[in-house]
Formats: sequence, structure tokens, C-alpha cells
Amino acid sequence: MSEQITVKTMAEFTAEGKQPEILFWVGSAGSYDDRAKKISRAFVKILNKANVEFAVLGSEESCTGDVAKRAGNEFLFQMQAMMNIEVLNGYEIKRIVTCDPHSFNTLKNEYPGLGGNYDVVHHTQYIKELLDGGRLSLEGQVYKEKRITFHDPCYLGRANSVFDAPREVLKKTNANILEMKRHKKDALCCGAGGAQMFKEPEKGDMDINVLRTKDALETNPNIIATGCPYCNTMMTDGIKAHEKEESVTVLDVAELIANSI
Amino acid sequence: MDYLPNILFVIVLIFGIGFFARNVKKLSRNIKLGKDVDVSDNKSQRWKNMARIALGQSKMVVRPIAGLLHILVYVGFVIINIEVLEIILDGILGTHRLFAPLGAVYNFLIGSFEILALLVIVAVVLFWIRRNIIKLQRFIKPEMKGWPEKDGNMILYIEFVLMLLFLTMNASDFQLQQLGADHYTKAGAFPVSQFIVPLIDGLSQSTLILIERTAWWLHILGILAFLNYLYYSKHLHILLAFPNTYYGKLKPQGEFNNLEAVTNEVKLMMDPSADPFAAPAEDVAEPEKFGASDVMDLNWVQLLNAYTCTECGRCTSECPANQTGKKLSPRKIMMDTRDRLEEVGKIMDANKGEFVPDGKQLLDDYISREELWACTTCNACVQACPVSIDPLSIIMEMRRFLVMEQSAAPTELNNMMSNIENNGAPWPYNQMDRLNWVNE
Repeated sequence: MSEQITVKTMAEFTAEGKQPEILFWVGSAGSYDDRAKKISRAFVKILNKANVEFAVLGSEESCTGDVAKRAGNEFLFQMQAMMNIEVLNGYEIKRIVTCDPHSFNTLKNEYPGLGGNYDVVHHTQYIKELLDGGRLSLEGQVYKEKRITFHDPCYLGRANSVFDAPREVLKKTNANILEMKRHKKDALCCGAGGAQMFKEPEKGDMDINVLRTKDALETNPNIIATGCPYCNTMMTDGIKAHEKEESVTVLDVAELIANSI
Repeated sequence: MDYLPNILFVIVLIFGIGFFARNVKKLSRNIKLGKDVDVSDNKSQRWKNMARIALGQSKMVVRPIAGLLHILVYVGFVIINIEVLEIILDGILGTHRLFAPLGAVYNFLIGSFEILALLVIVAVVLFWIRRNIIKLQRFIKPEMKGWPEKDGNMILYIEFVLMLLFLTMNASDFQLQQLGADHYTKAGAFPVSQFIVPLIDGLSQSTLILIERTAWWLHILGILAFLNYLYYSKHLHILLAFPNTYYGKLKPQGEFNNLEAVTNEVKLMMDPSADPFAAPAEDVAEPEKFGASDVMDLNWVQLLNAYTCTECGRCTSECPANQTGKKLSPRKIMMDTRDRLEEVGKIMDANKGEFVPDGKQLLDDYISREELWACTTCNACVQACPVSIDPLSIIMEMRRFLVMEQSAAPTELNNMMSNIENNGAPWPYNQMDRLNWVNE
């Protein structure tokens, strides 16, 4: 039951001799991961609704290399970065938005040293901008009175001090926003960062996502909101481990907003 | 007049400070074994950080109980040192309470030193209880077994005894002043030590002088001994916290450095006019080693970090891997780095300043691969450190060595990386399918 969404590539913009307002960096998860693809679609629904002239790179986009860098493969990271920078600079990209805090961090902080200078924003920041600028308004009462707790992704929160944008956006849904006991700078990792997403955890007595989901469940939420495709997977698995998948759902901020417009 | 005590004092002082200076030299040599790193930027921000984090203890109070107690000991330590200055001058000149002519100011100072000394004693006792009776989790982790645990307690014992000696010295001095003993000018206020006086009431003047002198000498000898204990102890943080917070990371926590040596190679690879078969110029240096397998591969700020670590374990208690029972402990990363650096330093001492390979290294002999691969790079340890230590940067350097020099990543990560190489995503999907999500 997929709604129709409109997505244009940079190549199409260039063919028309036009430049988009912003480039949507979809990222590998947002392009290929079944759960994360829904987040990409939800975010595009928001962009379409707000009449944002945005572009994607499509098949010209490649992994930012973030995960390779965190795994220790600086070589592969820089290869990826330089290829992407050539594409981005070729299209004279000025502004980038992404739903993935890992891409956000790498593009924003680690690409400039390799020649890629862009104004990079996370999708929660961009949604806030659309709401503040009056380009987007929420009418739905879908989440009114619902209990929502926000899990801070490490690479958005602690790593880049973006704490308020996702919370302010969530407040607009009229939901009850609950804070976990560890939040913002003190938030516990979901367990996926540093390339852990792609390997089995080391021997221990618990998985990190199960511990973090416990934090979230202590707020007795209806919904756990995240702003990262990897956190989303980890928290969803955590809910299953706690056998709460009947009563609690994990949704991205973009999905919550897309459902409220 | 008998100059023997003065001469003896000067000799002890020179010896104590001289030995300390020797250790400082060793410390600085060891730190300089690290690679150079440019930290000359943003001086004003760096000074601000030092003032806020080290001088102002801003990150200590994140945990209010430990933070408050620590501030008591810290303020006590800094302020009571004014008294040490007087003691040293008295020792050299053979005077007694040299600053007494300050009058009311002097009385106020001595009075506040006494109150601080009492507060330090209270804090030290509570610290001891936290370590030994309550046994807070972070103080009994595996890496704390043995010397680190003893060291932690030793510092508390020394501080306790020093404060007790200070108060005993004042109490007997006060009593001697009351008795009108020669040389003991009436000076100072004794809000705390007056309560010790009843214990020594009725003792003869000569016994009192003996007590006062013994306490005086043991106090200053204790301080000199403590000064020299620093180099061997986690207590070194009282000095190094200042430079360490100055040189702490200023960039966003999520920003990891881009290895320049790699940049040069990648640029060469991507340059279509570069000749891949060209013989390297003869004077070209050995290609740089990627990442770190031993302490010399780290930069000097990372080595300074290791010496600054006071093993409080806040990093480890915030670490998601450690909280879920994994072997990784960021504190252990720092302790291992210091231990290995000390070992390297000792080898250099034994070989006229030259390092002779001993078949050991930081990787595997100290830090295991299992620890390194358990890190989620979440920066919780960096955030938690009250003195701006960055354990994550060391973990990253060692991962870089494992992957780029040894191709020793876990199999699943190797699969992930070859996917990125082949199709530009960590999963094995065709790059041409990147936009399929739009129509699903």
C-alpha cells in the first residue's frame, strides 16, 4: 500500500539546468535495509508535502565509509569519501540532509578535511526548520496523549550535541514526551555503533540493545522514537527480547511526523 | 645558635625536590616518545577548558557525592599548600611561624587551614569507606586488583596522616604558646586543634616541644615523600590534570582524525596521471606504519592521557560494552598504556636511553583484540572523564593497526568491508538498485 512519492535525482536536476534546495543523502541503510527504506519514504513524504525541491544521488551515491573508518579501515573510508566528494563537488552541492546520524557525522565533520565542505543537517533538524518556517504543519491527532520516549543516537547527540531538534519536533505531535533516566549527553548506546551492527557482539552477559531497551521500557512508552536506522533495528530487536512487541513500537521521528501530516 | 636543623632541612629539601625533578624529566621523556600532534590551535578555548574542567572541577560534580568530597580534598590540598610555604621558609631560616606578623590575616589563614584539614579528613574517611566497605562497583573491577587498589588506599592513608600531623603540630604549638614557651610566638587561630589540646594537657614543656617538632618534621617529610610518590601513582593527576584538560579534544566528539599518510596514498591512487609502476625516489622514507600496536605509535597527548588517568573508573562505568559484561574497560586501556610506557621507559633507562625491543607490545601483551572489537565508539567514556582523557582514540588507533597492517578484522567485518569495496554498501546489493526504495 505504498503511497506515491516523488523523488528526483541530481542527474535529472542537472539535465533541467536546475539546482535543488537540498540533497537528500539516503545512505546505505536507507537505500537497502527493509526497515530503513520505510524511513526514507516517510521523510520523502514530508519533503513532498512541504514542497521541498530536493534531489538524491541515486546510483551515484555510495557508502560514506563511516562504518569502515570505525572498523579501523581508514584506507577504505578515504577511498569512499574522495569518490563521494568528487560526485558532490561535481554537482556543486551546498546543503545535505540525511536520516542517518552516522552519515551526518561523517559528512559534516570528516569530509571537510578531505575537500568536501557542505552544510549538513540531520533530518530532525530539517523537519524542525520546515515546521518553524511554516512550510509544514501537523494536523493529525494520531499521537495525541501517546507516550513517546526518544532514544538519542550517539552520533547525533553526544557526538554532535543535537539534542533539542528531535524533541521539539516530537512535541508538535501533541504526544507525551518522556525522558529515559539516561538521556542526552548521558544516553546509553544502542549497541550498533563502531561497526558493531555488522558483527556478533563479544562475549558478555547481555546484549547492549537489550539493556538500552530496558531503559526505554522503564518509561512505560507506547512508542520508542529514534532518529537513526541502526538504533531502530537495535531497539526493535530489544523490544522482541523483552517480549513487548505487542504493546510498544519503534518508529523514526520522520515516520511519526509523516503520519501526522 | 645551633644551625644543625636548618642544614639538615635544606639537605632533605634539596634531596626531595631533586629526586622529584629527576622523575619529572623521566615523565617528560616518556611522553615525548609519542608522535607529534598539532595542538597549538584555539589557545583561548584551551585555557578556558583548563580553567573550567581542571581548576573549576566542572566534570567532577556530575556525580555530586564524589564530586563534593573531591572538591574538599582538592581545595584543602591547594590552600593548605600556603602553609607548606611557611613551613619550608621556617625550616630554612630557623624561624617559627614566619608569617605571624600578618596578624589578623594570619590568624584567619591558620584557622581556615585547620577547618579545611578537618574537612579533608572527613572526605578521606568517606572515600575510604566507598572503596573498602561499600565497595563501589567501579573500584573493584578486575583491572583494579593488586597495585591499583593498594595505591588508591595508600593515597588516602597518606593524606589522613598528613592532616593529623598538621593538627597535632598546631595543638602542641598552641599549648606551648599558652605556656609562654620561648620561641613560640603567640600567633594563629586553632578552631580544630584546640580539641586535641586536652589530650596533651599536663605534659611538660620539653615533651610538648618534642611532640611539636616531631609532628613538624614528619609533616614536611611526609609532604616531600608524597611529592615523590606521585610519579609511581595514579595521584599524578593532581599535576597532569591541568595540561591534560588544556590539550583535550576540541572537535565534536564524533569527529575522528583523517590519517594523513592514508590521504596521500589514496590521492595517488585516484590520480589518473600518476604512474603506478614508477620506482619510488631513493631518498623516500619508509612508509609510515598505520595505526598503533605499541605506545610509540600513539601521539604524545594520548601518552599524557595515560599518565593523567586517576583510575576513577567513571569511563568504565558508563561504557555500554562493560555494562553488559564484555571485557572492554576504557580505564584498563589507559592503565595498560601507562604500564607499557613505563616498561618502555625502564628498558631505555637500562640501555643508556635507547629502546631495545623486548618482544612485547601494547597490543596482545596488554590490550587484547577482544577488548578492542567490543567498542561501539559511542564516546560515553570520553564524555565521562573528569580530566578530558580520550580512551576511544587509542582503541581506534589500535583497530587501524589490526585492519590496515594485519588485515585482522573479525570475519564479518571483512565481509562488510569487501561489500563496500565491491558495491559501495556494507551489504551485498547492486549499486544500481540504490533507488529501488522509491517504488516499493
